Amino acid sequence: MGNNRRVRVMVAKPGLDGHDRGARIIARAYRDAGFEVVYSGLHQTPEEIVEAAIQEDVDMIGLSSLAGAHKYLFPRTVELLREKSAEDIVVCGGGIIPEDDIPPLKEAGIKEIFTPGTALDDIVKWVKENVKPR
Amino acid sequence: MTDVAEKIVNGDVRAVARLIRDIDDGMPGVRQVLKELYPSTGNAYILGITGAPGVGKSTLVDQMVSHLRKRDKTVGVLAVDPTSPFSGGAILGDRVRMQRHSMDEGVFIRSLATRGHFGGLTQSTRSAIDVFDAMGKDYIIVETVGVGQDEVDVVKSAHTTIITVIPGMGDDIQAIKAGILEVGDIFLINKADREGTDKTLSDLRLMINMDHKKYEEGNWKPPILKAQAVFDKGVKELLEEIDKHRKHLTEHCGGWQVRRREDKVRQELGDMIKSRLIEEVLGKITETGDFDEAVNSIVEGKTDPYTACDKLVLPAIGVSTG
Amino acid sequence: MSSVFDPKVFEDVEEGHKKWEKKLDKIFSSKPERLERFSTVSDREINRIYTPEDVRDADFANDIGFPGEYPFTRGVQPSMYRGRFWTMRMFAGLGSAKDTNKRFHLLVNQGQTGLSTAFDMPTLMGYDTDSPKARGECGKCGVAIDSLKDMEDLFEGLPIDRITTSMTINPAASILWAMYIAVAEKRGIDKKIIGGTIQNDMLKEFIAQKTFMCPPVPSVRIITDTVEFGTKEVPRWNTISISGYHIREAGSTAVQELAFTLADGIAYTQEAIGRGLNVDDFAPRFSFFFNSHLDFFEEVAKFRAARRIWARVMKERFKAKDPRSWWLRFHTQTAGCSLTAQQPYNNVVRTALQALAAVMGGTQSLHTNSLDEVLAIPTEEAATIALRTQQIIAEESGVANTIDPLGGSYFVETLTNQMEEEALDIIQKIDDMGGMLAAIERNYPQQEIADSAYHYQRQIDEKEKTVVGVNKYVTDEDIPVEVLEIDEELENLQIEKINRLKNERDNKLVKESLEKIGDACAGTLNVMEPLIEAVKNYATLQEICDVYRQVYGEYRDPGIY
Ligand code: B12
Ligand SMILES: Nc1nc2c(ncn2[C@@H]2O[C@H](COP(=O)(O)OP(=O)(O)O)[C@@H](O)[C@H]2O)c(=O)[nH]1
Ligand SMILES: [Mg+2]
Repeated sequence: MGNNRRVRVMVAKPGLDGHDRGARIIARAYRDAGFEVVYSGLHQTPEEIVEAAIQEDVDMIGLSSLAGAHKYLFPRTVELLREKSAEDIVVCGGGIIPEDDIPPLKEAGIKEIFTPGTALDDIVKWVKENVKPR
Repeated sequence: MTDVAEKIVNGDVRAVARLIRDIDDGMPGVRQVLKELYPSTGNAYILGITGAPGVGKSTLVDQMVSHLRKRDKTVGVLAVDPTSPFSGGAILGDRVRMQRHSMDEGVFIRSLATRGHFGGLTQSTRSAIDVFDAMGKDYIIVETVGVGQDEVDVVKSAHTTIITVIPGMGDDIQAIKAGILEVGDIFLINKADREGTDKTLSDLRLMINMDHKKYEEGNWKPPILKAQAVFDKGVKELLEEIDKHRKHLTEHCGGWQVRRREDKVRQELGDMIKSRLIEEVLGKITETGDFDEAVNSIVEGKTDPYTACDKLVLPAIGVSTG
Repeated sequence: MSSVFDPKVFEDVEEGHKKWEKKLDKIFSSKPERLERFSTVSDREINRIYTPEDVRDADFANDIGFPGEYPFTRGVQPSMYRGRFWTMRMFAGLGSAKDTNKRFHLLVNQGQTGLSTAFDMPTLMGYDTDSPKARGECGKCGVAIDSLKDMEDLFEGLPIDRITTSMTINPAASILWAMYIAVAEKRGIDKKIIGGTIQNDMLKEFIAQKTFMCPPVPSVRIITDTVEFGTKEVPRWNTISISGYHIREAGSTAVQELAFTLADGIAYTQEAIGRGLNVDDFAPRFSFFFNSHLDFFEEVAKFRAARRIWARVMKERFKAKDPRSWWLRFHTQTAGCSLTAQQPYNNVVRTALQALAAVMGGTQSLHTNSLDEVLAIPTEEAATIALRTQQIIAEESGVANTIDPLGGSYFVETLTNQMEEEALDIIQKIDDMGGMLAAIERNYPQQEIADSAYHYQRQIDEKEKTVVGVNKYVTDEDIPVEVLEIDEELENLQIEKINRLKNERDNKLVKESLEKIGDACAGTLNVMEPLIEAVKNYATLQEICDVYRQVYGEYRDPGIY
């Protein structure tokens, strides 16, 4: 054993959106950065994502949404985490998120939003700087 | 009882999840909690499933969970996936196959990475089993990729161990680590929708050493079953066979709680001592920098590895170097 | 077999080529080449120059030939764009059926002769707007269709006996098609004369697009029902649009796109033949759908290779006799994944280049993406520029004046040959696995695509591949672009509409017709007749899909990364 905290994250695809090219690339980038990554697979409800995240004791949930339903799905995820007293799990997200939607999402508790064109290295770096394994 | 132990016995999901994390990460406080939980363990029936990557283990576990739930049994799943040797990271992909049980309160699924630390996997997985056991799960299913010694040891902790293969794997079966076939209580040929199932069946028959001492006891003949996990075919039969094995253990082996039996305890305690020793001693040696120093000395020709080893290990275990 | 070249030519060419390479080596010894390795978007290595040596065995009659002649390398019709331009078919759909109807009228008034419908996520996935799974999704990615009521609104006032309609829909394709037929029949239009396309290609859903519902085998069974029904009852309809577009957008290379798409086509052909249909009765109604990406010559070669492979497969492997069965007719969409949120006006240029490749490659119809592709579904203004791009290519650039203008280029002919060969290798590999269904079940294409996608992303990160505005020539200034927004209130309105419908319709009739669908699914009866009856009774999309799901089970994402 030996005290050896690893970063554990979950990459999740909420809603009916099937765009998974980005999410799967992010999952691989996280793995290659040394994180343990649980991938939710497609078509998950926020409820399913939150339950899985709790069981897996992840430090962060990374939501990926490209089909425009983020305004409901992202805040709902944070809300459910609060209901389950698991708000210490950091939530970030990425995908097609119009600029005007970002401030309200952050207000709702999404810590960061990554839009198209963000370098993988920056995405990994953000986790290293903002997600501390408990 | 500590707060944590109490929460776990009461089935608190968050507490269980965190304790397993702490076990995995080797946090110092866990041993106390595990001690307290131990009296609450021994009630769960443990199933081990192993086999090469891609044979359909996770799919099978997913279906088994459904069947067990129909019987109103609660289930804990521990799914172990390999850590990347390059980055130390891992994508834990088993859960995807079982995610439909996410919202079922009677099911707890947890993914673990092998992490490649000395015997640590066996140790932490066994402890995680104890945690699920203490929280009151009726069945605990452990899935591992049947490659390393660690993974084999893990499934050995089970009451019933299922070895999964697929048709046309003749050569691969040969390649399955020697020793792994012996741990199988049930053999399952999954993907029986594919060609070559019968050939694999006869190959397996030839390969399994039915005379192994494991089977002598009460004459349990490990059955070879066929299944199509994705189509939920043969899964019911698998569970019936598991029931039979459980009954067999009850009738011929002094109760299915074999984990309590002497040889099991002997093995597990032995393993625990081993990994504890490694942890304690290696910890001491590497933390102080003595290890690096010794490496340098050997490289510079100032000493030999035998002497260096004595010097490092003996004081750490309280024996004076003479 | 006869080569286009006189063998004597090669002595001079070889000598000249060697000399030239030496000269270059000398030049580059003091100042090295711009890149260590020159490669396409798909990471195919490209030589300094191509000469007759690369196409030494070029056999004009058998491999290149004339447009409209086997193996159709240069185009399926003899006249190509000398006769008429490709169809400019812009994909559209947003919000409610009424909203989209408005846009359709606008397009038809602008002279567009074909409609192309985009549906929203719940419709694509077989859920009604009132499903808990559909929350927040209504109308966001296309038009929301819950029942025949919506379909009637969608085509209100549009001359569906004269225009053709393409519907980008897959697991629920049979149902949307049944609705379209029902709309026609209710207006007194014979289904024998309506024309259009349903995408209806489930194999690529498992591989790439991920709108799936039931497992692969029953999914293909439903598709085969539509092929059978179309062949007999709706002869002007294209029942499958075998799509590589999504495969490429999911991250495949050009050759993977080519190979996986044609392997899908082979699988559908086998299924239909297995159903007892005559290949020449249905194959002419298969159409294809490809991507046109940034690497200009590689794309042109891909289209040419696709036609040649398909012609040979149909003639030699499936023994088709009708030349129309040998034709690979295809729609093209420019590569959405190549467009950027940064400096969005650059997207107009990218799209123009990609559209040019599609035209040089001999496409039958084309959608050009809008400059706001990375922000949301397009605004009317952005979509108009995209349409104008096609019109400029067609009517100003002159590229449509001659047929297959790049035919005979050493480079393009070499690429065409290489891609054909590599695609055939992959198709062989899939055949060895037992065909595309078996390959999908092994997650083979899914894994290959995931690997290519990650490789490409790393290349961008490492600046091995340039994306202007993203990893080179980056500017800080924020370039404002209008973003289309869908009214969140629509969801409630749509749910009210469903509630009203469920109160008004004859629920006993609905129940009976759903049972008939269930029986057809469980047995061997073609589902199309019962579907048409059910939609006419106003069974909702999800009610019907739930029957499919009950009978066949649900397919879940295997999560290949
Ligand atoms: C590729 C693509 C597809 C492919 C998807 C293949 C696949 N399996 O992924 C195909 C062709 C199948 C497809 C289909 C559809 N698509 Co599409 N598609 C795109 C496209 C062109 C690129 C997306 C992409 O993969 N980019 C490459 C990846 C690597 O980038 P990314 O996902 O954005 O990820 C980056 C960041 O966003 C961020 N990120 C993303 N997720 C996460 C998560 C975390 C945790 C973090 C940290 C970061 C992060 O990091 C990444 C690296 O920088 C976009 C437009 C565009 N250019 O963005 C449209 C787009 C997303 N599609 C769109 C639509 C409408 C559809 C359809 C619904 C069309 C229809 N009606 O039939 C279908 C539905 C498919 C489905 N099942 O959901 C719209 C969505 C509109 C909206 N949101 O308002 C878009 C925006 C195009 C448009 N303007 O119309 N599509
Ligand atoms: N043909 C067939 N495929 C199966 C069967 N069981 C599982 N699979 C598929 O095999 C692949 C690997 O399955 P998975 O459960 O992840 O295997 P694991 O790596 O052993 O856990 C998945 O695509 C499953 O859908 C089966 O009985 N028949
Ligand atoms: Mg597994």
